[in-house]
Amino acid sequence: MQSILLALQGALSQGLLWAIMALGVYITFRLLNTSDLSVDGSFATGGSVAAILISNNVNPILAILAAIFSGAIAGFITGFLHTKCKIPAILSGILTQLSLYSINLRIMGRSNIPLLKYDNIFKSFSESTGINTMMSTIIIGAIIIVLVIGIMYWFFGTEIGSALRATGSNENMVRSLGVDTNYAKIIGFMIANALVAFSGALVTQSQGYADVKMGTGAIVIGLASIIIGEVLVRKGTNFALKLSAIVFGSIVYRSAVAVVLQLGLNTDDLKLFTAVLVAIALTAPVIVESSDRNKMVKSEEEQ
Amino acid sequence: MEAMLKLTNINKTFNPGTINENKVLNNVNLTLEPGDFVTVIGGNGAGKSTILNVVAGVFPVDTGTIILDGEDITKLPEHKRAKHIGRVFQDPMQGTAADMEIQENLAMANRRGKNRGLAWGITKEEKEKFYKLVKELGLGLEDRLSDKVGLLSGGQRQALTLLMSTIQKPDILLLDEHTAALDPKTAKIVLDITNHIIENQNLTAIMVTHNMRDAIKIGNRLVMMSEGNIIYDVKGEEKSKLKVDDLLKKFEEYSGDEFSNDRILLQR
Ligand SMILES: Nc1ncnc2c1ncn2[C@@H]1O[C@H](COP(=O)(O)OP(=O)(O)O)[C@@H](O)[C@H]1O
Ligand SMILES: [Mg+2]
Repeated sequence: MQSILLALQGALSQGLLWAIMALGVYITFRLLNTSDLSVDGSFATGGSVAAILISNNVNPILAILAAIFSGAIAGFITGFLHTKCKIPAILSGILTQLSLYSINLRIMGRSNIPLLKYDNIFKSFSESTGINTMMSTIIIGAIIIVLVIGIMYWFFGTEIGSALRATGSNENMVRSLGVDTNYAKIIGFMIANALVAFSGALVTQSQGYADVKMGTGAIVIGLASIIIGEVLVRKGTNFALKLSAIVFGSIVYRSAVAVVLQLGLNTDDLKLFTAVLVAIALTAPVIVESSDRNKMVKSEEEQ
Repeated sequence: MEAMLKLTNINKTFNPGTINENKVLNNVNLTLEPGDFVTVIGGNGAGKSTILNVVAGVFPVDTGTIILDGEDITKLPEHKRAKHIGRVFQDPMQGTAADMEIQENLAMANRRGKNRGLAWGITKEEKEKFYKLVKELGLGLEDRLSDKVGLLSGGQRQALTLLMSTIQKPDILLLDEHTAALDPKTAKIVLDITNHIIENQNLTAIMVTHNMRDAIKIGNRLVMMSEGNIIYDVKGEEKSKLKVDDLLKKFEEYSGDEFSNDRILLQR
């Protein structure tokens, strides 16, 4: 029981940190209505950049800012390949992801950088407040999430942000209203991957190392969080609520993982578990819809 | 008076040099005075939509120049021409963003051709302005401004698109069979709104239609196209005296054999 509680606390902290990545995925997947597979690469880029800087005694907060910036560049590349070179979004993302694997190795100079000896934002917070590291991670994670949701809420309400949302909804219309939709998409890819790399940098600091493979499957985890959130919070159209649902989805996902690991699932099978979970979650709306329809038919028959 | 729109020697061939080569605009010349409201008729594939697309910059022309309100826009990309051009399409889905609110769509349109920055995407004054304008449509949408456009009917969406395309007065309004997908009653309502907006704002407009009665009744000028050519161009009193049969005769005169085909496609 004790260990389950501890595991769930861990799930909460990890869920919060990884939720920032899921919020990034939401921008491309839902708002721009496209698929950005560069995520697996840019998540690790965020981790790599943060790790190499921290291991060179750079301030962890500066390291995070640098990671965010590197994610934005990765997003720019994907956006550029997609809009200017006319490569389909999925392929553009795959190309970026593939090249980032080499680039991340270059950044780190090896495939793994341990950081346990070095300072990180969670450790510093824990040391200065006396709160344990786990709770520190949860508190900082929650503060960052509130900030990120606040900024996203603001940005997507601005003129540029609205143009970006509209581009995902009806690109031709937006162009006919004088918006350079290529530009709008590139901005979207940049913000999305900046958030993904931000998440990667935080996860790196929290787990105490960066690894070139740390982003593998990140996109699927992001989708899982989005879809779980959408399934669980079906009511309401408020944008901040929708974003909060994703965070909720991310925490639920991490908790589910923690529980199945506690129940004895082999960690090697975790990716299979995630894929199956996403497949089920993606199917859920279809099932709900058809059962709604069945109910409608039934109530019509009754009348 | 200086022309509002001047198309000179416009040629457009799709898929040149392939077996699908298709010459769609054949040295087209067309000049619109300010305030001209031109209806365009012609059979399927005559090049009506292509003319509008060429003006809007959806694709480049092979040869020729497009002057809009004294400015040569031939080489300008679509999103830069947008400042001067309002458009409504046949498909009600095409002119609005379904996932966004009515007022958000209007706010997007209200910024047509303006620089977009980090100011809030919709202001309080705008909401009041939209309420008044939407109320004038007479469709009861003014109390649903924060509804998603996806919830509206085709006719409501076309009326909204009309409002969006004229909320910033365009130099020219391009309507491409914008009532064709609607049932007759809704089509009439949308057509009345169209007329009202164009007269009120004294807009220069081109309206493609399949309905010959509408083409005669509405606007001050009528243009008939066949196979990439303008085969008939009539104005003012002469136009308003036309009968549908006159148009059909004209059509027969110019296009000979294919008339029988086109007769089916043109509605009386
Ligand atoms: N983007 C395009 N690419 C290739 N062919 C096109 C394109 N747009 C239109 N066409 C062709 O050009 C011809 C004229 O089309 P259009 O102007 O849409 O006719 P309509 O008078 O019915 O509006 C048609 O044969 C059509 O197939
Ligand atoms: Mg057409």
